[in-house]
Amino acid sequence: MVGLHEYLVVSGLLFLIGAVGVLTRTNGLILFMSLELMLNAVNLTFVALARYTGSLDGHVFVFLVTAVAAAEAAVGLAIFVSLFRLHRSVNVDQMNAMGE
Amino acid sequence: MFYALSGISVLAALWMITRRSPLSSALSLVVTFLGLAALYAMLDAQLLFVVQIWVYAGAVMVLVLFVIMLLNLREEESRMAAASWGRFALCGILALGLAWKAFGVLAGVRGIAPPVSSEFGGVASVAEILFTRYLVQFQLVGLLLLAVVVGVVVLAKRAR
Repeated sequence: MVGLHEYLVVSGLLFLIGAVGVLTRTNGLILFMSLELMLNAVNLTFVALARYTGSLDGHVFVFLVTAVAAAEAAVGLAIFVSLFRLHRSVNVDQMNAMGE
Repeated sequence: MFYALSGISVLAALWMITRRSPLSSALSLVVTFLGLAALYAMLDAQLLFVVQIWVYAGAVMVLVLFVIMLLNLREEESRMAAASWGRFALCGILALGLAWKAFGVLAGVRGIAPPVSSEFGGVASVAEILFTRYLVQFQLVGLLLLAVVVGVVVLAKRAR
């Protein structure tokens, strides 16, 4: 059986990839997907630690995180649709109306 | 098995952040989510395996793909902005920090999985703890979902 190390390393890698995506991409939807990837990386940590400590609390947390992430997806995508109607674009670098 | 699944997940994630078209990004993210679901199954989390496939690879990604097709997004217009070198430097610092912390933490981890009963991670055992110790949090999530429904309807109505 694979040790806990490997799961934590994979989770860290996925989190890092998500963070790099959030920092370097300008397309709002890809930004959003990178955010979901970071949430999933943390979920993997929860599940792995739950298995290796033998307690089910981690599973409950993953369940709640999934619910919150689905809610966030609905609201975030509604905001992107509204923004697209306003600006004809989802490029977050062009959204500086509050900074002018 | 583990290495194949995690390799697929990480490669698909890398593919996701390097594609220019949002559509291929979304499809490779689906592959990442399915790989993660398989990893959950290897960790004896049957309920979360199903939830991951239904909610993430199913509902959330269908919503994302629907929006991408609704907005008819093509390639990203602007390539990396002028200030992007600063962002890459930030990524490098983040990676170094993470690696530094990870080495510290992983040195103290011992990776022996305790034997668990066959119900571990099944619907009944997770539901039991969810409806007793975490009942308040569960109710709060219900409240959050209600607020989200109202919020999305308001957003969708005001846009026209």
